[in-house]
Amino acid sequence: MPIIATFISGLLFSTGLIVSGLINPAKVLNFLDIAGSWDPSLAITMAVAVATTAIGYRLAFAQGAPLLGGVFQLPAKADIDGRLASGAAIFGIGWGLVGFCPGPAVASLGIGANAAFIFVLAMLAGMAIARSLDTFSVTPITPQAGIKGGNK
Amino acid sequence: MATDTILSAAFGGLFIGLSAVLLLALTGRIAGVSGFVSRLLPPYSDNQLPVRLAFVAGLVIAPLLYAAATGIPVGIEVTSSLPLLVIGGVLVGFGAVRGGGCTSGHGICGTARLSPRSIAATAIFMTTGAITVFIMRHVLGG
Repeated sequence: MPIIATFISGLLFSTGLIVSGLINPAKVLNFLDIAGSWDPSLAITMAVAVATTAIGYRLAFAQGAPLLGGVFQLPAKADIDGRLASGAAIFGIGWGLVGFCPGPAVASLGIGANAAFIFVLAMLAGMAIARSLDTFSVTPITPQAGIKGGNK
Repeated sequence: MATDTILSAAFGGLFIGLSAVLLLALTGRIAGVSGFVSRLLPPYSDNQLPVRLAFVAGLVIAPLLYAAATGIPVGIEVTSSLPLLVIGGVLVGFGAVRGGGCTSGHGICGTARLSPRSIAATAIFMTTGAITVFIMRHVLGG
């Protein structure tokens, strides 16, 4: 059942991208082009999506648990660190270069657009690079009481 | 803006929001596309691959269903050159994983939860996105 529900959620999400035009990179670039041919309509899309989600999440959380079982899986991190800031900044640059973010790019595979295939392959490579940095990165040693202040 | 533009923008947003609510209410998950897509790649830390594939399949199949239902094929317009597509794709993928989310996870779901991390990430990528478009169109593009 969770698989069917998730599939329907994906369908609905993609339908929203299509109906709003968020799937179309040309429209997204015009949305980001505040100083030029600005298209503010996607701000309406974002606002309605956020408002709907905020209300619906509140109702969902009030149920205490997901209706199909399990627990709510929310991100555990709470701090705004350099990793978040640099990742978001890099993401925005890529988004502004082409006009695709992950949802519209993947949905555009269903149209059979060549540009979407190229973009998604490159995106998967970027994701793999970021994940491999996580896997192989050296974990910083937490200062211990015994060695603290040793190399000031 | 024309009335039909406003209506389609609002209904599109409504569908996206309902999708996020449905997913959380039924399965407890956040509708973060980059999270679903990046975890299709190994190494796997859990056995949730079928669930992730289901979401991605929904994303891909919707344009086909939409075209079949309405008789209007879904069209997109991409003007970027091949090198730009590759560079943009790598940056989007790398940045989304490093920053822990993208337009959907941070921009919609996280912002709706009033997560400070997501609000910060959204403000940052909207800003760098707008700066990038400005440079590409009005500085380099002339």
